[in-house]
Amino acid sequence: MGFYWSFLTVLLLLGITAPCALGFGFVGAMAARSKFFVFSLFGRAYIAIVRGVPEIAFFMFFVIALDQFLEWSRHKMLCPDWSEPIRQGNDFVVCQAAKLPLSSAPQWIHETYGFALAVFTFAIVFGAFSANVLFGAMRAVPYAQQETAYAYGMTSSQVFWRITVPQMWVYALPGLGNLWMVLIKATPLLFLLGVEDIVYWARELGGSKTARFTDYPHPDWRMWYFLALLIYYLMFTKVSEIVLDRLMKRLTHGQATAAGEAQRRAKA
Amino acid sequence: MSCWDIIADYGLRSVGIGERLLPRNEFTLCHQFTLIGSGMIWNIYFGVLALISGFFFATLLALGKMSTNPIFRRSAEWTIFIFRGSPLFIQFFFAYFLFLSLKQSFPIFGPLTSAWIGALVVLFLNTSAYTGEIFYGALQSIPKGDIEAADAYGLTGWKRFRRITWPTMLRLAWPAYTNEAIFLFHATTLVFFSGFPTTRQRGDALYYANYFADKTFNPFVPYPILAGYFIVLTLIVIGLYGLVNKRLNRHLPVSDRGKIKLRMNIIR
Repeated sequence: MGFYWSFLTVLLLLGITAPCALGFGFVGAMAARSKFFVFSLFGRAYIAIVRGVPEIAFFMFFVIALDQFLEWSRHKMLCPDWSEPIRQGNDFVVCQAAKLPLSSAPQWIHETYGFALAVFTFAIVFGAFSANVLFGAMRAVPYAQQETAYAYGMTSSQVFWRITVPQMWVYALPGLGNLWMVLIKATPLLFLLGVEDIVYWARELGGSKTARFTDYPHPDWRMWYFLALLIYYLMFTKVSEIVLDRLMKRLTHGQATAAGEAQRRAKA
Repeated sequence: MSCWDIIADYGLRSVGIGERLLPRNEFTLCHQFTLIGSGMIWNIYFGVLALISGFFFATLLALGKMSTNPIFRRSAEWTIFIFRGSPLFIQFFFAYFLFLSLKQSFPIFGPLTSAWIGALVVLFLNTSAYTGEIFYGALQSIPKGDIEAADAYGLTGWKRFRRITWPTMLRLAWPAYTNEAIFLFHATTLVFFSGFPTTRQRGDALYYANYFADKTFNPFVPYPILAGYFIVLTLIVIGLYGLVNKRLNRHLPVSDRGKIKLRMNIIR
């Protein structure tokens, strides 16, 4: 049963992470192109740092770091009169009330907490990637369009929301589509973050079972389980490719790009 | 114990030379730098060998995808689709269990279940597929005039390929190929986190970084060290590929020579 749920876990992760990452990316891109120096520096640093560190290392690092950061800040808030240092040699010790999740919490809270950390990590990493894509896309919108809008007396926030944002998607879509593919392919890394996902269950269920412990003994089937996963991901990729193709066709409609022009010609 | 002793003990630990036991209770900076650096030997080994062997197979794949013969074209297209469309992580798992069950029927395949050759095969096929797609794109964008000029000089068949098509393809593909090489080095960190077991704790850089993070509960030291090593490695790769790029472009006027743009770090 867990095996089938884990497919849902992956879909859920994708469903939550994609919009979050897009949101992070949007904010990051807006910050990076902001005229206010501090925001701009912050946005650029975010993009540069996350993109510059090897991916898996980042995943493994960030989950522990985030966990420790949360526990540390709760520790500071909840137990102000705690005298011992938090880092005792090789141990990370916080008071009982600051433990996350509380050691008395039921199992599902522990699982949800792990999942939430994973989603947040994914969103931060992919947010940086998409920030980079969106940043490029915003700059790719022809400047004449914005100049015209200014000439009509729009304020700069109006220009941004009414002219730049609606037009940038066509430039952003190839990059975002790529990112979506990459995101799909990054989901098995959940396993490394300790979430019981597809990979976990494939290993668990595929391993050889003896008649002593289960009603359904079978030899080592892990190969077949992983073959199924491989095919699942291939199909997922193919479907996404087709959908993105359709979307691109719709977005190019009426745009001042080579593809848009070709579409117009084909109709006329 | 001075740092030199530690380097003498653990410098080649990842290939099985030196101290047998990993450090248990002292985790000085020197220990961490040395062991993680020692693990980099494996990353470099996997990366370099996969790149060199993958380069030739990728050329074949690209030519196959261009070919008019449907058998070649189909098989090349499928190879590229399978390895680009599914997560490398799942490929590692599947390959490992495939090799395991092959080993049971044919003992000849025994060595493939160990990381040094089994993972190399997977990385080789994977990088061939990615590079093959890059080369295919480059083959498609070879200027028509170059081929026509070659025809006019009476160059045909192998000679035309060797002297005109291939160098031009490399020249056009080189910036993208540089990125692919960087990704490949980053991807080598996945090896010991998928099915492939480490024998006697001879792991790669991430394996040791993870070891230290687990022992000390402090991710803030080993992972930045790892990131530092990878940034250095990336810079070296960029430098070497830049030299080749210069040579490939040496016949062009200076203004036409493309600089390699660095696009780092997307998970495969």
